[in-house]
Formats: sequence, structure tokens, C-alpha cells
Amino acid sequence: MKKIFALIAAFVPAIALASGGDVHLDEHRTDLHDTASLQRGAQTFTNYCMGCHSMEHARFNRVAKDLEIPEALMMENLVFGSDKKFGDRMSIAMDQVDSKRWFGATPPDLTLVARVRRPDWLYTYLRSFYEDTSRPWGVNNVVFKDVGMPHVLAELQGKQVLGDALVEDGFDTLTGQPILVEKEHVLSIAEEGTLSEAEYDKLVYDLVNFMVYMAEPIAVERERLGWWVLLFLAIFFVPVYFLNKEFWRDIK
Amino acid sequence: MSQNTNKIMAWIDDRLPVTQTYEKHMSKYYAPKNFNFWYFFGVLSMLMLVNQILTGVWLTMQFTPSAEAAFASVEYIMRDVEWGWLIRYMHSTGATFFFIAVYLHMMRAVLYGSYQKPRELIWIFGMLIYLALMAEAFMGYVLPWGQMSYWGAQVIISLFSVMPYGDLLTEWIRGDFLISGATLNRFFALHVVAVPLVIVALVVMHLLALHEVGSNNPDGVDIKKLKDENGKPLDGIPFHPYYTVHDLVGIVVFLMVFCTVLFFFPEGNGFMLEYANFEPANGLKTPAHIAPVWYFGAFYAILRAVPDKLFGVIAMGAAIAVLFVLPWLDRSPVRSWRYKGLPSKIYIVIFGFNFVLLTWLGTQPATETLTLIAQIASVIYFGWFAFLLIAPKIEKTKPVPERVTGGH
Repeated sequence: MKKIFALIAAFVPAIALASGGDVHLDEHRTDLHDTASLQRGAQTFTNYCMGCHSMEHARFNRVAKDLEIPEALMMENLVFGSDKKFGDRMSIAMDQVDSKRWFGATPPDLTLVARVRRPDWLYTYLRSFYEDTSRPWGVNNVVFKDVGMPHVLAELQGKQVLGDALVEDGFDTLTGQPILVEKEHVLSIAEEGTLSEAEYDKLVYDLVNFMVYMAEPIAVERERLGWWVLLFLAIFFVPVYFLNKEFWRDIK
Repeated sequence: MSQNTNKIMAWIDDRLPVTQTYEKHMSKYYAPKNFNFWYFFGVLSMLMLVNQILTGVWLTMQFTPSAEAAFASVEYIMRDVEWGWLIRYMHSTGATFFFIAVYLHMMRAVLYGSYQKPRELIWIFGMLIYLALMAEAFMGYVLPWGQMSYWGAQVIISLFSVMPYGDLLTEWIRGDFLISGATLNRFFALHVVAVPLVIVALVVMHLLALHEVGSNNPDGVDIKKLKDENGKPLDGIPFHPYYTVHDLVGIVVFLMVFCTVLFFFPEGNGFMLEYANFEPANGLKTPAHIAPVWYFGAFYAILRAVPDKLFGVIAMGAAIAVLFVLPWLDRSPVRSWRYKGLPSKIYIVIFGFNFVLLTWLGTQPATETLTLIAQIASVIYFGWFAFLLIAPKIEKTKPVPERVTGGH
């Protein structure tokens, strides 16, 4: 028993270390029960990401079923390409050799990306593009330096720059006004996009939520079932416990 | 009806010793009555072995052992195969719980001196099972063909290169100049056919040897010394039904922990299913941090604690090899730590926790501080075996009672 506790104790510091890197990552409070958020995420993914990124291991009909999207609606708005069927895998038409030439690396399949990179990383990454004229696509990323990917959501977020900026740092207790502090090396919006900062954060939140769902579509069902299994074992424990007690009564 | 059954049984028994075997190993196998918590882990290891074999058979039905298709076939099992996700998680979580059970089972033997005369062979068979299990787990982890499958295999197989004719040897193991589909296919064959056969055969030997000399107990008392008028040990009770119903309690509790991890933490925070392994194997892209799955951590930590590769491999090999000769290193006149001296008691506890520490260190990046800690922990690990040799000279043991204590 001691060993088990020690094992658990040994895991705890590792969790903190596992987040990795020196870049601060914003927390993504994943909620796989928020179906509306997952639907919006699916919409963003199919419209903005799926031009270049596939989700090969997943199928459209499974997404539609899990996210409660009617088949007609799904086929009309989220499945692109006339040859695609409802039960098809979420593959893309872009040629891998071409894309490697265009971006320097083939855009990876994203079915499992949330399990590889973790939600916090994705949430921060997609909000951390900034203007950098030295890069082929004019943007760089704080979380993934010199990434080959262009800022596909730039029209929504606007132009973000990395540099000195005034940052809110708490509130003045007398006036209630935010205290602005000049900080170096921070991201700030230089040119507004079609979404406000809060709206853009929400859009990315939904998108990452969807990617977490896609990485393990069974997760919600798995946990739901887990409670029933544990309940069964707890009930089963009672007769097993008394059976043992009954047999051992005569052993002194 | 019962007369007919008896007749049939008699007919069979004349030709195959079914009743005799059942009595020898179950209903008339007398086990000490004072087994405690630690004695659950033998049957729990067995439970996990059965779990691995059954879920493994079903996984094999859908898994495609080729470099091109392995990764996708695992995701196919996770998504498109009915209940495939459950079978896969039972198998991956089962591997972890198999090792937890085996490690605690081994610690039990260490605490109560269960490897001492006349149980040396039981311990040797146990160690061989452990060795086979490590090979089995290693090759199993290669099969999903993720980044850690590939690079973990790269690291482990490269260890063989320090041996004489190392390059030839590693090439022979891989079946190619690099880790490739050839490696994956042969590991699949070994993982699903060869090694499981070896493990099952060794488990049979382990149990036959155990039932020949009888089970040890927390007091290290020989229960066969004192028998009643019918020749039954005074402190012994039939394995069935007493320990079957008793083990069932342990099994249910163990399954609760197992299912909690399986249904709520199937990745085990990256210690059971490493995050990088959700990315397909890529021989051109080395992961930033190659870590073994947790159950190899201790030996990996010892390997890295030594600055030289050759001597690191030797140290790691020695860490496993020294366990084989444990029965001959422990010179104590008593078996159980209960009757050993205070230094022995203290070191045995340190040894247990030190192994946990080494396990954790093996999963972490080798920073300067952690490497230093790993070096100290390695010395503590080996020091325990040296200590066993001198312990009888520096400490007095307590008298062992005639009869077992405690129990129910």
C-alpha cells in the first residue's frame, strides 16, 4: 500500500513538469459535454483548417452522431467535395508532395493532435501568431518558433504584433480603473480583425474543444460507463466480503 | 445422478489424475492461515496475465502488423471497432497493473524472505517470468508504431550494440539496418505467440515449484513442522475454499482501482500511454525527450546514472542479474523481516521506496540534479545486496515463534 501511495506521490511533480517548454501556456478548460461548443469547433475546423489538415482516422457520420448534427446539415455545411460520402473518413484532397513544397512540411493529420500536443498548447498556439516579415508567410509563433503554417485565422483575429505594449495589471483599488503597465515582449493586436479579442478566444476555445473530442471521441461515453462499472464493483463487493467472512469464521 | 457423476469421475480419474490434481493444488493444498495484504499480488498477477491474453487475442483480430498500417489500425480499433476502445484500454492499462502487481509480489517475497531455502527455484522462475514480461511489454509497446514505439525501440535495441559483435547483433534483432517494418513484424510474432507461451509455461513451473515446498508466510515459519494427527499442518488451511473466497475480496478491490484508471485516466498522465506515441513513427524526427514507459523506469535510471554507455548497460544488466542470486546473498538465519535486526528493517523499507524513486527518475529528463539523485539511488539499490551479505555479522535476529502469529 505504501508503495502505491509513493507511486502516486511520485507522479504529482511530473504532471507539472510534463506541460514542458519555457513558454507560458494558457489553460484550456476542456468541456466535452458542451455540444454547442463542439459543433462550433467542428464548423471552424472544416471551414478553416481542413483545406490543408485531414482528420484521417475519423469519419463524418461519427462526428455528426456524437455532436448531434443532422445528416443533411452536416453534408451541406461541413462536408466539402462532391465525391465525399457521409460515412467517409475525413481526408483531404491536397497532394502531400505539393504541400511540402508550399509550406516546407506537409501539414500533419490532426485527428490525434490534442493527445500529442495537449489542449493548453493548442489553445495558446492558435492565439500566438504575430507579424514577422522575415518568415515566408509573414507570421511567426511564440509557442512554435518558425512554424511553417500561415495564420489562417488572421482575418478573424486581426494583426498581432510582438513587442512592447501596455498591459492591464490589476485594478486601482481607489478608482476601479485598470492599471496599465508597459511590458516588453508581449503580444498585442495592432489591427482589429472581424472578431473582438474575447470572441476570437472563444472561437479558438471551441476549436480546441472539438480537437480534444476528435482525439478520443469515446471519452465522454468512457467516463459515463466507468461510473456504472465502479457501482457494479461496489455492490459486488458486499456479497464477496460477507462470503469471505462467513468462510473464515471457523479459522482461529 | 451423483452416483453417475461419481462413475464418470472415476472413469476419468483412472485415465487422467483430475481429482488428484485438484486436491493437490486446491482443496488439499494447505496454505498458512496468516496471509496478509501482500499475499493478494500473486493471484492479481495471474488475473492480469489472463486479462492480457484475452484482450490480446481480440486486439489481434483487428490489428494490422505492418509499418504502413499499424498506427491507423490501432485508431481503427479505438473508433470503428465495437468496444474496441475498451479492449485496447484494458490491454494498455492491464500492462501497467500487471507490473504493479508483479512489483508488489516481488516486494512481498523480499519482506518475508520467500526466496530463501527451500524456495530458491520459485524465485528463479519468478525472475524468469519478470524478464520475459519485460521483453513482452517492450515489444508490445512497439506495435502501435507511434513515435515512442519507434524511438523507444531505437534506444533499447541500441543497448545491445555495446556487446561484442554489437552491430551485427542489433542488425539481427531489428532484421534491418534501421528499426523498420521488419522489426515491427517480428516483434508482433514474438509478442503474441512466442513470449506469451514462455510466460505461461514459466507460470506453471512457478506454481508447481511453490506447491512442492508449500507457501511461505509473513512470519517465515515453516508450517509443515507442526502437524495434527491427520498429518495436516496446524497452521495450514485448504487453499480452496478459504483463499479462493479471500482472494476474491482482493480481486474486487483491485478491479476498482484498475477500472478507475482504465475509465478515467487511460493515458495515466502520459506514463502509460505517452503523449508522443499518438504521433505516427517518424524515423527522421527524434522526439525531444525519449522516456520509457514507467515500469522500466528504475533500470533506465540506473543505465543513465553511469556516464559511460558500456558500463551503464553493464550496471543495468547487473541490477536485474543480482536479483537472480538474491536467495544466496541473504545469509540471515530468519526469513521474515519481522525477526531481522533494526538495520535490516530500515534498509528494506529504504530499498522499497528507493526503487519507486528510481522508477520515477527513469521517466524524467536527465538533468544534472536528477542524474546525481539517480547515482545516489543506484548506489542505495546495489548497496542493499551488499548489506545482505554482512547483515548477519552486524545484527542479532529475534527468535522465530513455533506457530504463526496474527492472521484472522
